[in-house]
Amino acid sequence: MPTISTADLAAISPEIIVLCSAMAVLIMGLFVKKEWRFLLGYLSVAGLAAAADRTWAMRSVVHGAFSGMFILDGYATYFKMVFYVAAAIALLISISYVRMENIEKGEYYGLILFATAGMMVMASGSDLMTVYLGIELMALSIYVLAGFLRKSLRSNEAALKYFLLGAFSSGILLYGIALIYGITGTTNLHDIAAFIQTGTYSKPALILSMILMLAGFGFKVAAVPFHMWTPDVYEGAPTSVTAFMSVGPKAAAFAAFLRVFITALPQIQADWTIIIAALAILSMLIGNVVAISQTNIKRMLAYSSIAHAGYAMVGFVAGGAEGISSVMTYLLIYVFMNLGAFGMVVALSRGGMTGERIEDFAGLSKKNKMAALLMLIFMFSLAGIPPTAGFIGKFNIFMAALNSGFLWLALIMVVMSAVSAFFYLRVVLVMYMKEPEDDRKLTPNLSMYTAMAVAAYAVLYIGMNPSGVIDFAMKSVSGLM
Amino acid sequence: MILQVAFIYFAAVTVFSALMVITRKNPVHCALYMLAVFTHVAGLFVLLDAEFVAAVQVLVYAGAILVLFLFVIMLFRGDGMKDKARFVSGWPIVAPIAIALMGLLMSILMHSGFSGAQGSYTIEAVRSAGNSQVIGMALYTDYLFPFEIASVILLVAMVGAIVLAKKKAD
Repeated sequence: MPTISTADLAAISPEIIVLCSAMAVLIMGLFVKKEWRFLLGYLSVAGLAAAADRTWAMRSVVHGAFSGMFILDGYATYFKMVFYVAAAIALLISISYVRMENIEKGEYYGLILFATAGMMVMASGSDLMTVYLGIELMALSIYVLAGFLRKSLRSNEAALKYFLLGAFSSGILLYGIALIYGITGTTNLHDIAAFIQTGTYSKPALILSMILMLAGFGFKVAAVPFHMWTPDVYEGAPTSVTAFMSVGPKAAAFAAFLRVFITALPQIQADWTIIIAALAILSMLIGNVVAISQTNIKRMLAYSSIAHAGYAMVGFVAGGAEGISSVMTYLLIYVFMNLGAFGMVVALSRGGMTGERIEDFAGLSKKNKMAALLMLIFMFSLAGIPPTAGFIGKFNIFMAALNSGFLWLALIMVVMSAVSAFFYLRVVLVMYMKEPEDDRKLTPNLSMYTAMAVAAYAVLYIGMNPSGVIDFAMKSVSGLM
Repeated sequence: MILQVAFIYFAAVTVFSALMVITRKNPVHCALYMLAVFTHVAGLFVLLDAEFVAAVQVLVYAGAILVLFLFVIMLFRGDGMKDKARFVSGWPIVAPIAIALMGLLMSILMHSGFSGAQGSYTIEAVRSAGNSQVIGMALYTDYLFPFEIASVILLVAMVGAIVLAKKKAD
């Protein structure tokens, strides 16, 4: 009879803190007067900070809890820190935006925290059951958040589309999980690997279940050909939600994807590597090429996020401690630069669709030098231009691919990065070379500028002193290998 | 022998009713065929020695979820859907692909053995302790953590439904 030790409870204390904050925010949202509701946003950030403190305090602990359902290790710790940062910046961006869109409710903040808890469970899941439930907790919260603008048809469409396709992809993922349970008789990642090691299984069925799981995860990270939902959902969802879901859930999906495939299926690595390489090429190609023709900046960033999933998968293909840690570094950097870019879209928005066209950035440098400079930094970073962090991230992945013999993949990545510079720099061009269409001023907003300043500082700091982040990722990945 | 006959009956009716669900024009008929799917799947669970799952299948799916379906259909006056095209326009192209994929899955599944490692809950172990009891034990010991996460998911679903559907927005 398994018993629950205090060590088990300590291991999930960050999750407990996040869930308790979520419920506190939910309940307080009912009592707090409208003009004070922004405090709930700060309370949520405080909850995340408390959880981050716990996670950081346990960073050297390795503990499998709850009969192998949950694992606390360096890998999970790294990703949880990424999630805290992503959720906290997204919350700070949201505070003024939700007031403007008149959706300032306790539920908004609560659902972001619930989604964060789901992401944490995904990163810590050492059993397919836990991983799956983590995915569902995250996804369900995001479906609701995508439809939070109840009166906007686009938001309704985004929520419904995301929900239906998400449920479908969950079904495919579950089918893969059921098959692998049938083959191995267990859902524990380590036991699956141990069973496959014995060699008494039928390979076609195992490959089939791997492909089904890959399709499920491919949907969550928005890799081509499972990307169809991305532009519509990113465009329709409230911009602050789009900002969050372009980084948090994507990083979480990668966290679970990497852990499941590396821990449970190392024996058939050659088989999945080739498929992921194909997905990576397609994602980089289609994401970058289609992004060029977009006029709506949310759609452009949606295609760019598809392309970035492609870059991250190049690191996955490269494999080994170097490849995996390059993916982890990249995802952290991506959080800062993409949230920064979306934050500027939020800063420009005036309700409805204004601020979403690339043309809305025209003459921003004349209206607000600081905002234009921040956007410039984020666009340079997304394009991978030194000395920004985006360059470091891409360079790491490039070197990992090169060192493990995927020269052709690395070359495609470089070429596609060059293509991507075209549409990122077009935004910069519009900001600096065009005359403003109107003289609307950006309203200064403390929480928003704090978030932007943190993101910009991180992008520049990591760009110039990358060793700290790279070492942290390298150290964290050791438990997984 | 009798088990095989029972299996063939339950399986055949499940497949037939499932086809009827997607081909009937009247949404109420679709829902009722779905009821047939649920009850016959419950029969398949009984054949697999999973009485508890079978009971839950009838109670939750046939009982609660289907009633909800019917409620929604009646509320939205589903008969307006009768004139709409049954399938998406591209179905003659998509259907063969789906059938081919099904054929691939079935051929792989039929040619591979599922003699995987047996967990601690073998048929004998389940029979000696009783079906529901074993599930209860597993749920509150080994699966305690996933069970708690599932309850959080239900909370989110509830909050989400209220947020999206509440009539008066403040």
